[in-house]
Amino acid sequence: MIGYALKRLLGAVPTLFIIVTLAFFMMRAAPGGPFDSARKLPPEIERNVEAAYNLDKPLITQYGLYLGRLAHGDLGPSFKTKDFTVAQLISIGLPVSMRLGLLAMTLAVIFGVSLGVWAALRQNHWQDYSVMTLAMFGITIPSFVTAPILTLIFGVYGITLFGHDFSLPVGGWNGGALRNIILPVIVLALPQIAIIARLTRGSMIEVLRSNYIRTARAKGLSVQRVVLHHALRAALLPLVSYLGPAVAGILTGSLIVEEIFGLPGIGRYFIQAALNRDYTLMMGVVICYAALVIALNFVADILYGLLDPRVRLT
Amino acid sequence: MNSAGYGGGHKTQTLERALAGRSLWADARARLFRNKAAVTSMVVLAIIALLAAFAPLFSRYAYDAIDYSVVSCAPDWWPAQTTCNAGGTHWLGTDAVGRDLFVRILYGARVSLAVGFVATLVSLVIGVLYGATAGYVGGRVDALMMRTVDILYSLPFIFFVIILMVLFDRNFFLLFVAIGAVVWLTMARIVRGQTLSAKQKEYIEAARAAGVSTFGIITRHIIPNVFGPVVVYVTLTVPDVILIESFLSFLGLGIQEPLTSWGVLIADGANIMESAPWLLIFPALFMAVTLFCFNFIGDGLRDALDPKDY
Repeated sequence: MIGYALKRLLGAVPTLFIIVTLAFFMMRAAPGGPFDSARKLPPEIERNVEAAYNLDKPLITQYGLYLGRLAHGDLGPSFKTKDFTVAQLISIGLPVSMRLGLLAMTLAVIFGVSLGVWAALRQNHWQDYSVMTLAMFGITIPSFVTAPILTLIFGVYGITLFGHDFSLPVGGWNGGALRNIILPVIVLALPQIAIIARLTRGSMIEVLRSNYIRTARAKGLSVQRVVLHHALRAALLPLVSYLGPAVAGILTGSLIVEEIFGLPGIGRYFIQAALNRDYTLMMGVVICYAALVIALNFVADILYGLLDPRVRLT
Repeated sequence: MNSAGYGGGHKTQTLERALAGRSLWADARARLFRNKAAVTSMVVLAIIALLAAFAPLFSRYAYDAIDYSVVSCAPDWWPAQTTCNAGGTHWLGTDAVGRDLFVRILYGARVSLAVGFVATLVSLVIGVLYGATAGYVGGRVDALMMRTVDILYSLPFIFFVIILMVLFDRNFFLLFVAIGAVVWLTMARIVRGQTLSAKQKEYIEAARAAGVSTFGIITRHIIPNVFGPVVVYVTLTVPDVILIESFLSFLGLGIQEPLTSWGVLIADGANIMESAPWLLIFPALFMAVTLFCFNFIGDGLRDALDPKDY
């Protein structure tokens, strides 16, 4: 087990290395640089600025320098945002994105699993069909459609029910106030709810057919107990391995959601950095995202081994 | 008694089927055509594709014809109160510079569907050849090839696509390549898995004994026999690709004006949805319907090709 964990952690190093290398050279292959669009500087000063950031050296030397600093945990200064290092920018943006992502994930697991179990227990009845149709909606309709439509309904038109005003703000962070993050979190969670509901339904149906469930029922245990204590445990296993891809999905989703709702997360940095050729910031965000995805895939695999003794991790 | 009667009927039925000698594909086709959702989806998709292909015939307006007398006007039949109506010939209203929305949606469909099919084709060719080679050759080559896929898998590829699109000035050709490069990985994995089981079969051994080359065995025997799951995955890849393209276009990194795609239309619509909601609703509707259709067809195909469930 520990051997497997070590092996996986070591395996993450080449992956991260490839990501850094690819991102670095792709960015540099493109025309333009971080100091192009600004007011035209006298050539002497421009040379000095470039020298200060090592941009005048050959590309391969720059790459070596970057890797060297990265090995010390230094992501460098931002080229565009004055007086900020990349690490500082990420430490401002990441909590925002993390908060959105975690809330969305929690919401997705709770609703997805309940809906999936419900559909499985009523297989081929209207409950099953309606949950699966809803899931189909959730999977096919992308977040950049649900986000504006939900804002239109709740933010622009506003909903008044039983004398209460249920309208929500159309965007902004506002210190992470609940009213401000409800819509972004729901938009992020919807596709994940749909996928999790489908997964849970499928595995639940399979588990409910197995012999030990029949035995438990034959012993006279209530349906509720059998489902919650016996079936659900086994049925949730595929969900654990979905954890990694789910996080990746939420991260890409947050790119859109942060843009639409104007939230100060790191997804917005990424797009701005790419447009501004802010090399260091873009590298920082890519590394940050990649590390998150790799880490969660790793956690998912370890969890899977712990939960299911039939799986041997070697 | 009931079950006995059913069993008897079933038996004669299978007997007749066996006499008729139906192939797997004929069987699958029959099952697919019994699936109402899949058939309806095929019809709807065909209509959308035809509308897109012959877009200029269906509207008297050009997709880039600007008309400042009808800026952001609702269609005549729009139920809510609006500032202006576009007149009877703008069936779905007009956009912020007075272009006909209906014809723009059809031109958007052209781009979205074209990207969907071409990028899927790219991923199909790469994925099938790569997966079949890895699976058939096996051993160290397989280990190396699949390890590469594993590593590529853990890259956040959408970021590379975004970097590509930003840095190379939204090159249309690059869009195809970038998206194709993202989606071939799963295809390669599926094909490899199928190949591993197919290569144990006797007919492969027979082919090898007859002296067919490795390349010949892969292209003539392995690939045709792993095609079932691949077809299913292709139908599910097309909507994925359409989504990725719209995602990029929505961020402003895809198709450029005056050309358009569904992602661009939705992004534009979302910007002025407060005053002109139809500009968001109709493109979103077209895209959602298309994505639904592909998903239903994919599900139908999966059920049809996998007799296990019956």
